[in-house]
Amino acid sequence: MLKKLKFKKPDTKNSFVTYGLLLVTFAIVKILFEAGKLSYMIKDLLVPLCVYAILAVSLNLTVGILGELSLGQAGFMCVGAYSGALFSNLLEEAIPQVLIRFPLAMIVGGICAAIFGILIGIPVLRLRGDYLAIVTLAFGEIIKNIFASVYLGLDANGFHVSMKTASDLNMDLDGEMLINGALGLNGTPRDSNFTIAFIVLFITTIVAYNFVNSRTGRAVMSIRDNRIASESVGINVTKYKLITFALTAFFAGVAGSLYSHNFSTLQASKFDYNLSILVLVFVVLGGIGSIRGSIVASILLTLIPELLRGSIGKYRMLIYAVILIVMMIVNNGDYFINLKEKISVKFSSKFKKTKKEVV
Amino acid sequence: MALLEVKNLGITFGGLKAVDNFNLTLEKGALYGLIGPNGAGKTTVFNLLTGVYKPTTGTFLLDGKELKGKKPADINKAGIARTFQNIRLFKNLSVLENVKVGLHNGMKYSTVAGIFRLPSFFKTEKKMDEKALELLKVFELDESADTLASNLPYGKQRKLEIARAIATNPKLLLLDEPAAGMNPNETNELMETIRFVRDHFDLTVLVIEHDMSLVSGICEEITVLNFGTELAKGKTDEVLKNPEVVKAYLGQ
Repeated sequence: MLKKLKFKKPDTKNSFVTYGLLLVTFAIVKILFEAGKLSYMIKDLLVPLCVYAILAVSLNLTVGILGELSLGQAGFMCVGAYSGALFSNLLEEAIPQVLIRFPLAMIVGGICAAIFGILIGIPVLRLRGDYLAIVTLAFGEIIKNIFASVYLGLDANGFHVSMKTASDLNMDLDGEMLINGALGLNGTPRDSNFTIAFIVLFITTIVAYNFVNSRTGRAVMSIRDNRIASESVGINVTKYKLITFALTAFFAGVAGSLYSHNFSTLQASKFDYNLSILVLVFVVLGGIGSIRGSIVASILLTLIPELLRGSIGKYRMLIYAVILIVMMIVNNGDYFINLKEKISVKFSSKFKKTKKEVV
Repeated sequence: MALLEVKNLGITFGGLKAVDNFNLTLEKGALYGLIGPNGAGKTTVFNLLTGVYKPTTGTFLLDGKELKGKKPADINKAGIARTFQNIRLFKNLSVLENVKVGLHNGMKYSTVAGIFRLPSFFKTEKKMDEKALELLKVFELDESADTLASNLPYGKQRKLEIARAIATNPKLLLLDEPAAGMNPNETNELMETIRFVRDHFDLTVLVIEHDMSLVSGICEEITVLNFGTELAKGKTDEVLKNPEVVKAYLGQ
């Protein structure tokens, strides 16, 4: 299915436009935020928006650059969310400075997710296409269900783990419950805020662009374009598939950690396959392989259903579906692709002309 | 010592012997041809030599090192590069990037250096660009370095494949029907190019071709395959006059 689509290639020139757009957007939102012009609803959405954008950008590395369908994004996010939140819960007193603890928690979340990514990737990346999508979907669900049934407690005797019930932990009475099965994880410090979330999104974007425009990125894209030819010029296909998969999982984990520090309670049931598919929708509608597109699509498609909640709330999902279809046509229909090319040719020729005049 | 030694190489698919008892010794710097009717097993020989298929019998050595059973990527690292009969370029990458993928193992910096743009990234990328452009110049492709590979005209795509293969710095270059779909002028030009790269890059070339003008024009020696077995072998003009060979090609 993916092979028929035309992959957009993010190049260096493109990347600076994206960085600029991101910074301008941040400045505008920040000014509105400080001036108190944002509604509570939008304020609450700022961190999740960044989280979704990070998820979409990182999934784009696997879907757009490596060319393989993965539906395990929510699973990796779940790993990152739990490990990051656990890290902060345990070390809240040991490291009181938020600006040290929170980045560490995100890195821990990312690394845990990347380890899961590699462990799952080794068997799974032998598959291709639809099969890979199905298996990653299954792994995502397995991860979610495991986290939903884990009980973890801490008392004077150390950690207690059980997969059955809380009473099986045999803890002292003064013990602290860390993960409470399906009820999840409580009391995570709410360290997330819009500025930190934006910085993480910005870093993710830079890393994604730099990854694509490097020796490794070229090798990965060569595998996407023609695996056999790629092997014939000495590219270790398994290695580069794993690197990409691990990087995707890493940023999903970071996003998960960011997400879990935005709410004081965390439940594994939030990370179901709907979330994975939602992120894939962002990537596909934003233009496969286009990093800027992923960010724009994730922001628009998260905001629109929320903004429609008011008077026409009844038809919210109907309108949302129509928007999805229209975006798909605009992004991948032949007519619109030609139109966009014509426009960009016109613009670039105008640009060149003015450049010459200046010289 | 010979550069390439192929001993009793064979492969069976189910009950079909696609290639049987194939022997070949290539001296360094040779320009050798492999011809035969359609379905004779020529491309299968290439696939065996590049690790795409694992041989069921026999073995082959490059520079005295046994390469049988190795993965395609490792065989390329050992020094065998190839082109494909049905062109396999990296379509969504530019012409320059296609060659730079070929330079992947020759010029290295780590993934981390790439992500964080460390000095080694800029240094190596600059060297890669220079080397790749130099290679493209040989094939007169430097003008279209920024074009997408899929937008190149057919003849240039074939040339780009050769350039990409040479970028991996091989000892032995396998060309699978390089002149397919080319007009006589382009074929003549291609012959010059193949000779030039052999001398310039110090290569040994094994070429599959149907175009007899190219085969008799550049190959010093040839092997003729028919139904997976060797039909004739030797000096090009002698073999092409062999009545068995004529019969296999033209029928009775």
